[in-house]
Amino acid sequence: MKLQSGSEPGADALKYRLSLFLLLVVLWLGNSGLYSFLLLGFGLASVIFVIWVSHCLAVVDQESQPLHLARRLPKFFGWLIVKIIRSNIDVVRLIWLGNRAISPCSTRLPLGQKSDLGRVIYANAITLTPGTVAMDMDDDTVLVHALTREGIEDLQEGEMRRRVAELER
Amino acid sequence: MLTVVVIALLVVMVMALSRALLGPTIYDRILAVNVFGTKTVLLIAVVGFLFGRPDFLDIALVYALINFISVIGVLRYFEYSNDRHQGDNP
Amino acid sequence: MIALLLEGVSVLCLGTGIFLLVSGGVGLLRFPEVFSRMHAAGVTETLAASLILLGLMLLAGWGIVMFKLLLILLFILITSPTASHALAKSAVHGGLGVDPDRNETS
Repeated sequence: MKLQSGSEPGADALKYRLSLFLLLVVLWLGNSGLYSFLLLGFGLASVIFVIWVSHCLAVVDQESQPLHLARRLPKFFGWLIVKIIRSNIDVVRLIWLGNRAISPCSTRLPLGQKSDLGRVIYANAITLTPGTVAMDMDDDTVLVHALTREGIEDLQEGEMRRRVAELER
Repeated sequence: MLTVVVIALLVVMVMALSRALLGPTIYDRILAVNVFGTKTVLLIAVVGFLFGRPDFLDIALVYALINFISVIGVLRYFEYSNDRHQGDNP
Repeated sequence: MIALLLEGVSVLCLGTGIFLLVSGGVGLLRFPEVFSRMHAAGVTETLAASLILLGLMLLAGWGIVMFKLLLILLFILITSPTASHALAKSAVHGGLGVDPDRNETS
């Protein structure tokens, strides 16, 4: 993935810097709880310092601040939360059933994502749902370990992959 | 209720510690230490509520950061240090 | 009335969280090898932690405490898959058990 914002200081770069600024300000105000003039000044100074440092590191871009996904993220997160709850129940059931109930296995699954960001979201979603862990990745496959055969089959159906692909469309 | 949560957290932490002591491989131990650390974060938060001192949440937040960084650091150290597979480095 | 309801929901969240925590701990002790244990640890790190922090949030009510709890929750949810993935990856590179070419299901 190319870093874009360092080279072209256009309106896009400004947008990402502004969103980073807002994020840091909310973080400071939420964590400090003391609103005297001096401390707010310190807050502003450190926010500006952090923005300057991240500008020098060229990390303020589409990858660290996926603003273009913001509209579609809530729907994905809603689906992911339901999925996490369901797979948690499955895994807890398997824990109490004991070793006979599980059939650990691993396989390689194809990745359908265009960007690195999409792959990271997909792999993180796999790992975040208990019962499946993304173990290794190369350019177009991901090595997945699952607690049961059903977990793998569920992923092979590809609903999660489709949803992540929809997200980055 | 909060007392029960604290007791349950302590029990789970003992379980994680015994897995860390038993664990046949180094990765079992690191996993157990990671679980122990996450439970410590929760414990600090709940104890803060139990004693009526919400300032503890700041400590919990910092502990979560340190726990993550330390686990990643230890893993970086062990990832390619297995003697049998020295040739596997990509 | 509302306060009572909130307290009831919070106790429910904390109780479910306790059950999930203990289940995860039992799984950590009970499962046969490191990757299965990772799934058990995942239970305590996603839903159990969320439910307990949610219960505390309901007790705290609106305000700075709730914001901090939310921050802790977000942080745990972001870092725990990263840590599990790093652990799994280094276990695979360390030559543990799993053969990538075994391909049992396909």
